[in-house]
Amino acid sequence: MRILVVEDDRDVAGFVVKGLRESGHVVEHADNGRDGLFLAASEVFDAIVLDRMLPGGIDGLRILETLRSQRNTVPVLFLSALGQVDDRVLGLKAGGDDYLTKPFAFSELLARVEALTRRGKGDGPATKLVVADLEMDLLSRSVRRAGQKIDLQPREFLLLEYLMRHAGQVVTRTMLLEGVWDYHFDPQTNVIDVHVSRLRQKVDKPFSGPLIHTVRNAGYMLRSDAV
Amino acid sequence: MDAATLGHPGAQNAPGIQLAGARLPQHPRFLRSAALRFAALYALLFGLSALALALFLWWQTAGLLDRRTDNAIAADVDSLAQRWQEGGLPALIITIENRLAENVDDSAIYLLVDPEMRRVSGNLSSWPTDLTVRRIWAELPIERAGVRSLARVRTFTLPGGFHLLVGRDVQVRAQLRDLLTGALLWALLVVLVLGVAGAVVIRGLFRRAMANISATAAAISAGDLSRRVRISGRGDEFDRLSETINEMLERISRLMDGVRQVSNAIAHDLRTPITRARARLEDAALHAESEADLRAAIERATTDLDGIVAVFQALLRIAEIEAGTRRAAFASFDAAPVLAGLVDLYSAPAEEGGLTLVFACPERLPLFGDRELVQQAIANLLDNALKFSPEGSIVRLSAAAAGGTVTITVADHGPGMPDADRVRATERFFRGETARNTPGAGLGLALVQAVASLHGGSVQLAENAPGLAAMLHLPGAAEVAHAAAATADA
Repeated sequence: MRILVVEDDRDVAGFVVKGLRESGHVVEHADNGRDGLFLAASEVFDAIVLDRMLPGGIDGLRILETLRSQRNTVPVLFLSALGQVDDRVLGLKAGGDDYLTKPFAFSELLARVEALTRRGKGDGPATKLVVADLEMDLLSRSVRRAGQKIDLQPREFLLLEYLMRHAGQVVTRTMLLEGVWDYHFDPQTNVIDVHVSRLRQKVDKPFSGPLIHTVRNAGYMLRSDAV
Repeated sequence: MDAATLGHPGAQNAPGIQLAGARLPQHPRFLRSAALRFAALYALLFGLSALALALFLWWQTAGLLDRRTDNAIAADVDSLAQRWQEGGLPALIITIENRLAENVDDSAIYLLVDPEMRRVSGNLSSWPTDLTVRRIWAELPIERAGVRSLARVRTFTLPGGFHLLVGRDVQVRAQLRDLLTGALLWALLVVLVLGVAGAVVIRGLFRRAMANISATAAAISAGDLSRRVRISGRGDEFDRLSETINEMLERISRLMDGVRQVSNAIAHDLRTPITRARARLEDAALHAESEADLRAAIERATTDLDGIVAVFQALLRIAEIEAGTRRAAFASFDAAPVLAGLVDLYSAPAEEGGLTLVFACPERLPLFGDRELVQQAIANLLDNALKFSPEGSIVRLSAAAAGGTVTITVADHGPGMPDADRVRATERFFRGETARNTPGAGLGLALVQAVASLHGGSVQLAENAPGLAAMLHLPGAAEVAHAAAATADA
């Protein structure tokens, strides 16, 4: 995927660009707002990682507003040291798709960028999600694996739906907390791990071959072992 | 440069002062004292009102007498003129004689002269020399029966060349007027003295009230934050101003204490994990024998740093809440589904730890505030309860609305908290003796406290025999508080 990174700090930018390239993406980098806006407006990207505060007179918000006013719907992930609630709200209101506060773990950034590019490629509302022998019917709210019905609590259903929608991608605990529970703070206890482990009891344990995998230092990934 | 300097009036730099001086109108030095201006204004107002009073007094006394005399003379002239028309000269003469005879206090003056200015009748010996017949009204000295006096007269020319003079002796009135003038002049002097004295007193009062406040302000800017403005106890405007200033100072010193506390806490509580991370990295750089060792050390250091960042973010969040800016985002919301959502999130880890999470809440729990913050505060309380509860015990999340206050309680049967710890538990980085062996930074309850304060509520920690009951009291949404109380009773 083609990803544009607009970030002025050389170390952070180098780290992000290198990491994204290692994960198989094509990365362009701009270290100031002017170049960033020029690249974003003139070329086609699958996602943009955008710093809020940039030198060169044009900050991240301005770039995003300009892009959106030109009906450019490229998914944008804000990367910012401005971590207050209002800053996040402001960034999302301006048309940002996600907001990550510095300092961050690269795995979190990668997971979120990949989730964004997937979201951008949405091909209409699906009524059925399928991963390997796991099937989820979104209309009847039922889940089957290997033809066998699995009973899930409403929240477990939402959790599994989120994992299935991001099948093959790393999903971090924060992403789950935000995406499934809509909570924007970090609970101290490992609540997400407990919920995922309960889901595993129902989805993986009675069947052959696990689908929900733990990714060390990052989060979880739902994928069939065959892949 | 201009804007910057003007934007900081307190700046002590020389260009700033010159700039300000150039912009201000140049009053004479003595007028720059506000106390003096007030005093002068007082004196001016006092003088003006005294002058107005004197003028009114004059108009009501001397002026009234003048007008009365003039009216009497005019009436006399009219009636005499009528006599002349009715009965001619003889009737007029008789009338004048009668009037003079009736005039007991001898103040009336009449004189009728023929065209050759010879006296025909009246009590004046001759037509006053300095009075021409053309002047109608006059005030002039006269001599009657050898006594010099002052008279107010009106002349009237009759057909046939006769001239009539009607007047009143105003000697007494003139004396009265002189007396009044003298008295008023003296009064003016008294007014002047009183005005100046009053102005001095006012200036003194003003200066004293100001000195009280400015001495305190000066002491504060010199660094003595404990100083407060003295309150006279009279309950007047100055007292109210002083109270407001004292409240402001209280708030400032509380904030300063908070900042000091945080910086101390950062110094003590963040230094330790930072030192640990640094030691790990340095140790790995010096002693790691294999790449695997190096990687492991770096990973552990990264985890340490993540922990530091988490503490940092919690601190910033508390500071953000305490700053009160979030109040702009306040809205009415129903807390019942918020609590239900948290129960949904925490019941899984509770069960995992062998705990039972019991939930009791009215159907509707209207609150006015920041939904996300209330959510986080209760999540923190639940985090604590789960962390400290022994296996097999019950954690209870309950909510009730009564008397306009919503109380959300998280009760556990853990080790509880000694009284001394309960008082300090909401301080940043405070960790009770019983919490030494559990992970955490001691910021959870501090955030709960900050959220409660932001909403105008409070946090109460109580004995749950055994265990701890943490209660979050929040003011309910005003417009639906009644309905909420009803549901709570049901």
